[in-house]
Amino acid sequence: MARAAGPPAAATGRRPPAVAATARRQLPWARTVFWLYAATLMLPLLWMFGMSIRPNEDILGGFSLIPQRVTFDNYQTFFTDSVWYSSYLNSIVYTSMNAVMSLVVALPAAYAFSRFRFAGDKHLFFWLLTNRMAPPAVFLLPFFQIYQSVGLFDTHLGVAVAHMLFNVPLAVWILEGFMSGIPREIDETAAIDGYSLPRFFIRIFLPMIRSAIGVTAFFCFMFSWVELLIARTITSVNAKPIAATMTRTVSAAGVDWGLLAAAGVLTIIPGAVVIWFVRNYIAKGFALGRV
Amino acid sequence: MTLILDGVRVRQRGEPWLDGIDLEFPSGMTTLIGPLAAGKTTLMRVAAGLLPPTAGRVVVNGKDVTPVSVRKRSVAFVYQQFINYPSLTVYENIASPLRLARSFPKEDVDRRVREVAELMGIGDLLGRRPAELSGGQQQRTAIARALARPVDVLLLDEPLANLDYKLREQLRADLKGMFAGSPGVVLYSTADPAEALTFAAPTVVLGEGRVRHAGDAADMYDRPPTLAVAATLSDPPLNLLPGVVRDGRIECLGVSFPAPGVQGSGRRVVLGVRPHQVSIERTGPGGLEFPAEIRLAEVTGSTTFLHLLLPDRRHLVAQLPGTRLFTPGEPAVAHVDPAHVFVFDEAGGNLLATSAAEVGPHG
Repeated sequence: MARAAGPPAAATGRRPPAVAATARRQLPWARTVFWLYAATLMLPLLWMFGMSIRPNEDILGGFSLIPQRVTFDNYQTFFTDSVWYSSYLNSIVYTSMNAVMSLVVALPAAYAFSRFRFAGDKHLFFWLLTNRMAPPAVFLLPFFQIYQSVGLFDTHLGVAVAHMLFNVPLAVWILEGFMSGIPREIDETAAIDGYSLPRFFIRIFLPMIRSAIGVTAFFCFMFSWVELLIARTITSVNAKPIAATMTRTVSAAGVDWGLLAAAGVLTIIPGAVVIWFVRNYIAKGFALGRV
Repeated sequence: MTLILDGVRVRQRGEPWLDGIDLEFPSGMTTLIGPLAAGKTTLMRVAAGLLPPTAGRVVVNGKDVTPVSVRKRSVAFVYQQFINYPSLTVYENIASPLRLARSFPKEDVDRRVREVAELMGIGDLLGRRPAELSGGQQQRTAIARALARPVDVLLLDEPLANLDYKLREQLRADLKGMFAGSPGVVLYSTADPAEALTFAAPTVVLGEGRVRHAGDAADMYDRPPTLAVAATLSDPPLNLLPGVVRDGRIECLGVSFPAPGVQGSGRRVVLGVRPHQVSIERTGPGGLEFPAEIRLAEVTGSTTFLHLLLPDRRHLVAQLPGTRLFTPGEPAVAHVDPAHVFVFDEAGGNLLATSAAEVGPHG
């Protein structure tokens, strides 16, 4: 995670290795500065991890960098208490659903924007983007009321659909950029060869933009994963997201710091896993100037 | 098998890209030649069905196919850019039109792919993907895909233009024999006169969206009917000089020579001289002599292009054999044999005479 996020590594990643090696020799402090920077970034994460493996008394007691007593009770609680692990699963379920549904909707839309000229296409494209400009809170009440009346309240599908509000425009925008980089002549050649549009799309076109699909899926997953306001408002029990559960840990016994820290550590993991798979594609996406 | 373009017009953004094309293409190869923006690509795209004409019809084998979708037509197209399916291997690229053609027997696909790949010299690259090939190999793959399925109309839009000249010459030689006995209509467009002359196929000269002339490329080269045709078929570019007809002679920059067929005293004409017909040594009796100043000598090895500045600030290029060294700024005399001068009407651009012999009753 630190390596992936470290700006120096990312900045020199595209240079030939020889140049990078020379640069490193010329700057003896570069390595030190990098590790200092990385450590600063990592400190809250490490601190949280440290908290998650201590009992609550130690957290609230004296200040110490190294945990005095190491315990995995917090994690055990997380995975045995159904409120915790089921909301964790809820988040994963609706986030995955959202990524898939956003892609299914955005792929044909992006193709249309990239390949066809129609009345108002540019305005429509811009309007899609403006959906991202409104704060999600604006949509809370309408969502709440509509979902109550159509039975989408407190369902995974409901959250996934609500998150498409801001993920589909983003997905269309990213995918359109990649698709426009593919020569139109390939579409024409396929038509001449006799491919029908759906068959061409699946057999020829999708494999060509698979890196774009990876990048888009990552962003959809990420934005859906970190969104709290809408997800909390339109769920109660069955589809409650992990982040909402984390805001409700105050009990009669006070705040369960250790458990909260353990939940925090676990909440980072899915994002880290996804970014690991698409890390090379993200760089390509940046190079194409759309992400 | 025939392809007929009947009154085809294409207007895009208010501009005429094709302006009334009436052509009939027989089986076998036809070369389309024209400068940039002549309408070659547009004509090909209309013929393929990729671009619907604003007016006119496209008729294949007597059947009007203008409204037929390109997916349902029997055509193949090779682009100037190397267009292949990047995610498929060379083998699958070539096989894809065969697999999709219902009429093509499935058991013959493998045999046909290998046959065409062998023909195009890429038989040992079938397992690779297009990104792992050189530009020449990529274009060979694209041509192989177009050749694989027997089609009514095969269109090649400047297929060699993006290749470097060695690959171009090699592929040109390979292609020459390939289309000769083709049962379908083969249209080959190019901006390079050498290609049109090498293929020695019926040739159509296009310019500004119109047909300038159609006929045999070598004939048109020897006796270009118009200035536009002469310019299109001349590489290096034609030298143009101003002239005036006076008493059966043509006067040009202080020299004159007889032009028996040309009438109309005082008529303005344009003289066209190919660079290789300009010499700096005396060519023989009756040669035209233009005093000039040497500006630049481009040495390519086998030839030297000598850029001369005439007294009226006009440039004249002489293509001289071998490597010759000149000093810029020195005087020289350009010699031109009047027998190799084309005389065009300044107003219409029609050929009036190749000065040695009258061309037609235009005067």
